[in-house]
Amino acid sequence: MIIQRKAVSLISGGLDSMLATRAVMEQGIHVEGINFYTGFCVEGHTHAIRQRDRDKPKRNNALWVAEQLGIKLHIVDVIDEYKDVLLNPKHGYGANMNPCRDCKTFMIHKAVEWIEKNNFDFIITGEVVGQRPMSQRKELMPVIARESGAGDLLVRPLSGKNLPPTKPEREGWVDRDRLFDFSGRSRKPQMALAEQYGFTDYAQPAGGCCFLTDEQYSRKLVDMWQHRNSRDYELDDIMLLKVGRHLRPRPHFKLIVGREEGENNFMEGYRKQFISLHQVSHNGPLVLVDGTPTDEDITLAAQIAARFGQGKNEPEVEVGITYPNGDSRTVRVEPIAPGKVEDAWYV
Amino acid sequence: MSKHELDARRLMCPLPVIRTQDKVATLGPGDILEVVCTDHGALNDIPAWCRINGHKVLSTTDDKREVRITIEVGHD
Ligand code: SF4
Repeated sequence: MIIQRKAVSLISGGLDSMLATRAVMEQGIHVEGINFYTGFCVEGHTHAIRQRDRDKPKRNNALWVAEQLGIKLHIVDVIDEYKDVLLNPKHGYGANMNPCRDCKTFMIHKAVEWIEKNNFDFIITGEVVGQRPMSQRKELMPVIARESGAGDLLVRPLSGKNLPPTKPEREGWVDRDRLFDFSGRSRKPQMALAEQYGFTDYAQPAGGCCFLTDEQYSRKLVDMWQHRNSRDYELDDIMLLKVGRHLRPRPHFKLIVGREEGENNFMEGYRKQFISLHQVSHNGPLVLVDGTPTDEDITLAAQIAARFGQGKNEPEVEVGITYPNGDSRTVRVEPIAPGKVEDAWYV
Repeated sequence: MSKHELDARRLMCPLPVIRTQDKVATLGPGDILEVVCTDHGALNDIPAWCRINGHKVLSTTDDKREVRITIEVGHD
């Protein structure tokens, strides 16, 4: 009797994992997808929040890829477990706050747990030897396989021929000759394979799918940690770093200024957690105040808020201040002069 | 067959999908689940998730503030 072998594939929503999955499906393996949600994934949020992005397709790329491939997709919430990966990466960070090497190991480890629980035989990733400096160096790939606990149950079909044979290959579940030997940063082989498989409308190559690789986002994250004297975070914290302009006029408080209606609407949901400022006499953004501002600071915050509203050139603007407990008051302030908004305030 | 509701308000995608997936895992074939979300992205993502996982979307409504997606749990 032939046993139907089953694999789970780490689906990021990018092209590489899509190709790797298809390559294994072509060999008669039953494949299902798994996708991990760390809280830092770009997926969906920014589309949902920002009006100006509304015209772009709002699809979740991982779901879309799974649908193109005709496979099931399991999306796993790893927000809490991921904190330890981000806060204590054994192998440090990449160019920004991206702990890619530890992140890869963590995700593959989670996939190992998943296959054990669900009786699957092996794991597939779309990794390509030498494609990324931090996590995909050739000598590192077997190390990550070992450290994650996947060992020889981890197949990287796009670079399979460049790596030692895995158990699925040795056992004949997967034909090594039909794996690929891609390496390096060139995307040409992937493009060619995509064409061969008839994939046309795939998402841009991975890297742009994680806020931790974004310089500006990483700066806001570090700023938040430094000024709170703690590196702990909740999902709300990391969500708010994705919206608005962030200005820190004093070390003990910062302002989050909505950039457009979609962000203002999103930030509305946080008015019970933060002091919020809205403009009464003119149109203007919603502003959240994070930290421990004094009354004097609140006045400064109102002046800054007024600078971003339609009354910015008026002698006086009326600003409503609402406290998390629901108390509110209004102040009349002169919008801060443009030259007085220091560049260094922008986080 | 039983009817259930899932409150996924204020969650941003893909969390409404994850919560839907986890809830559906506790239900049986033919059960009905109504998911209420404030992230309109769910209007794309939850039906996509249902299509690939063999569940049926019975209806979707969008009153601008909230979207409601009613699902019939499939057999697999
Ligand atoms: S880019 Fe983000 S999700 Fe991808 S491996 Fe690096 S840290 Fe992990």
